[in-house]
Amino acid sequence: MSSEPKKMTAKERMAIPRQQMPQRDGIERSRDFKEVNLGLAEQVAIREAQRCLQCKNPKCVEGCPVGIDIPGFAKLVAEGDFLAAAELVRRDNDLPAVTGRVCPQEIQCEACCVRCKSEAPVAVGWLERFVADYQMQKQKTEDRGQKAEVKKTGKKVACIGSGPAGITCAGQLAKLGYDVTIFEAFHKAGGVLVYGIPEFRMPKKIVDAEIRNLKALGVNIETNVIVGRTVTIPQLMNDEKFEAVFIAVGAGLPEFMNIPGENFKGVYSANEYLTRANLMEAYNPESDTPIIRGKRVCVIGGGNTAMDAVRTSKRLGADESIIVYRRSRKEMPARVEEVHHAEEETIRFEMLTAPLEVLGDKEGWVAGLKCIRMQLGEPDASGRRRPVPIPGSEFVIDCDLVIVAIGIGANPLLTKTTPGLKLNKWGYIEADENLMTSIPGVFAGGDIVRGSATVILAMGDGKKAAQNIHKYLSQ
Amino acid sequence: MFEIVNKETVGPNVTRYEIKAPRVAKSRLCGQFAIVRGLEHSERIPLTIADVNTKTGTITLIVQTVGKSTLEMSKLKKGDSFCDVAGPLGQPSHIAKYGTVAVIGGGLGTAVVYPQAVALREAGNKIISIIGARTKELVILEELLGSTSDKLIVITDDGSSGKKGLVTDALRELVENPQTKVDAVYCAGPVIMMKAVAELTRPMNIPTIVSLNPVMVDGTGMCGGCRVTIDGKRKFACVDGPEFDGHKVDFNELMDRLKTYKGHENKKYEEHKCELLKGNT
Ligand SMILES: Cc1cc2nc3c(=O)[nH]c(=O)nc-3n(C[C@H](O)[C@H](O)[C@H](O)COP(=O)(O)OP(=O)(O)OC[C@H]3O[C@@H](n4cnc5c(N)ncnc54)[C@H](O)[C@@H]3O)c2cc1C
Ligand SMILES: Cc1cc2nc3c(=O)[nH]c(=O)nc-3n(C[C@H](O)[C@H](O)[C@H](O)COP(=O)(O)OP(=O)(O)OC[C@H]3O[C@@H](n4cnc5c(N)ncnc54)[C@H](O)[C@@H]3O)c2cc1C
Ligand code: SF4
Ligand code: SF4
Ligand code: FES
Repeated sequence: MSSEPKKMTAKERMAIPRQQMPQRDGIERSRDFKEVNLGLAEQVAIREAQRCLQCKNPKCVEGCPVGIDIPGFAKLVAEGDFLAAAELVRRDNDLPAVTGRVCPQEIQCEACCVRCKSEAPVAVGWLERFVADYQMQKQKTEDRGQKAEVKKTGKKVACIGSGPAGITCAGQLAKLGYDVTIFEAFHKAGGVLVYGIPEFRMPKKIVDAEIRNLKALGVNIETNVIVGRTVTIPQLMNDEKFEAVFIAVGAGLPEFMNIPGENFKGVYSANEYLTRANLMEAYNPESDTPIIRGKRVCVIGGGNTAMDAVRTSKRLGADESIIVYRRSRKEMPARVEEVHHAEEETIRFEMLTAPLEVLGDKEGWVAGLKCIRMQLGEPDASGRRRPVPIPGSEFVIDCDLVIVAIGIGANPLLTKTTPGLKLNKWGYIEADENLMTSIPGVFAGGDIVRGSATVILAMGDGKKAAQNIHKYLSQ
Repeated sequence: MFEIVNKETVGPNVTRYEIKAPRVAKSRLCGQFAIVRGLEHSERIPLTIADVNTKTGTITLIVQTVGKSTLEMSKLKKGDSFCDVAGPLGQPSHIAKYGTVAVIGGGLGTAVVYPQAVALREAGNKIISIIGARTKELVILEELLGSTSDKLIVITDDGSSGKKGLVTDALRELVENPQTKVDAVYCAGPVIMMKAVAELTRPMNIPTIVSLNPVMVDGTGMCGGCRVTIDGKRKFACVDGPEFDGHKVDFNELMDRLKTYKGHENKKYEEHKCELLKGNT
């Protein structure tokens, strides 16, 4: 293993260009579900890590929502001590193999790196992924040294939902000696990481390894439990003696456009389409769950969900897959890398275009999408320039499948069956600065508090909730 | 894993399962359903919870074998397990004291209305049940439903059992008979049948509750696949239903949407039947 013979000078570091992530050919990969990015080789990772200037006042750390010691782990990578680097990352982040892949680095850690000014930022995300994958290969999750001999507190805590927020909270609490049970509505744990984000971006074996790790920590996972239906929060607390509860059920309510034709056969919400494709593995001929494989597919929206849906449709055999987005490229909320990958996979982008109506054929199947061109007007409340229709610019895109990915709302199933739980006007749960809700002992975090946010913010909430639950139960 | 503690055949292609699912049994109210996966690769399918036993922690499902998932389920034996049982889902039945209630089950809809008949009778209603089927072999739960009804009418398309005709013929006779006043109708079965029943009762203003059966995935309001149009508004049958006011349902749309996976289902079923045959030789 190579280590630095002598300390590199800043000038030498500055001379190294940003390394490239090897990835599979765009056309080839757009027909299968194997991962797009291939990960950095050891020597390339070391080289990339050497680019880090080891700033005294590292701005990158401020850009990371969980404050990972980025120069610290970059230094260890540069020295070739990958396992130590992984442990350092794990101090602040329980799912580095996940965040290394899906964080919007270009607006977080990497956006704040000083090297942005001259050239390109240190590839923090790729390095994070590298050390996490390395650790996963070299060590059994059970041997990660996390299972410290903790004194059991004898207290029970319930986490509702097994997405990134629930997983993180459960892991942290288990390490503090709590008896933790995760209740998950679906038959498989992982939240959006297993039902939403596709295999080619987030291989399921990584999530599965993290779930195994949680179990090794002693966390009990009960699937097929829909809290609010199977059991309620008051029942969990009163009858089953859970002393605190963390609600992390995600957002999970599909929005539709409310335009004519949305109930034709061949219109899916992105949630349904991606759940069929990922969780139910509809792409696998062994699986029984059907999915409509369109030949010409329109996906409406510009976020990560839209990108995942459109790229999935290509992999399921579409001749042409089209993004229809009403603003311009600049306003697209998707990760930059995903948009770039979509382009390489020959996805067509219809920008500044808004759907007016789904057209159907005689049999009630989707036959087209009637749209109108937009132009950008004055900035709206979000600060983005509001798109306004250009009169007379209507046109039709021929297609046989329409996927609606215009956002999600707060699913009321749990919130409606929990008396006394305060919600905001959009139906999301209100939590104080300690993430406690209006019910003592009941905490909440992730998308059900923030609206749709990101994996790392959900994880940050999970961690913060664990600390505050610990404080609350230690009083 | 959810153990099959009892299994019996209650009619041609109809199986009654008692499944160990203590949490579901404890919370279930009449009219709710579960989402079940028989095996690891199976589809998630919705099934009405016909009955529960809170002492043994079991739930009863009455399942008609119509396609691959239900066929595979029927191959499992007592002592085997279903992979997943999630529930109870949906709104409980709206049970009230109306007076006389006509409870109508068409085909496997009979399994859906049976628990409603039980609850409606407990609420003090007089129950007149109508079971409709294409032919004698497809009449299910005759005894069970009969035992909870004041009157049971069986009607088949070909007259091979009970009267000849459609459930609407039997219902029309009831509502037009001055001696029987029907105060409400509960109905489950093929969409075309529910539509006909609703059309019949609409001019008479008889409250008519239908149980809708769109294709479902999660059953928690997350996917929107089960959307139906009620009174011009979008509703998710898995959380807002499955029971709705029959006079407000857009049945034509539901009928059409149910055709979405027809091709796929037939293919899977045929493939599977072939596999089973191959395995036997
Ligand atoms: C397609 C898609 C792509 C995305 N891509 C990215 C990306 O690239 N980068 C990024 O940072 N973010 C991305 N996001 C957003 C990110 O996934 C979410 O912000 C994050 O997963 C939220 O985590 P969570 O733990 O709050 O909830 P979730 O991950 O939504 O998990 C909630 C879990 O709770 C379960 N649940 C719900 N209700 C109940 C109940 N009543 N009882 C029991 N369990 C229940 C659900 O089944 C689910 O498993 C994406 C989202 C989607 C949908
Ligand atoms: C709320 C609800 C409650 C239900 N309760 C029961 C019950 O108690 N007992 C029971 O036997 N069935 C019930 N069903 C129907 C059951 O879910 C379907 O029969 C099952 O999904 C078929 O699966 P399969 O793979 O065996 O057949 P598939 O291969 O999926 O389908 C075979 C045939 O069944 C029809 N079918 C498919 N899905 C449905 C559906 N959702 N409703 C009606 N017909 C369908 C198809 O059109 C096709 O002709 C219920 C459905 C809903 C929505
Ligand atoms: S967790 Fe996300 S934001 Fe933080 S360092 Fe890693 S990739 Fe960057
Ligand atoms: S800002 Fe950039 S160069 Fe400085 S420590 Fe962070 S990653 Fe390294
Ligand atoms: S089944 Fe998914 S919303 Fe009803």
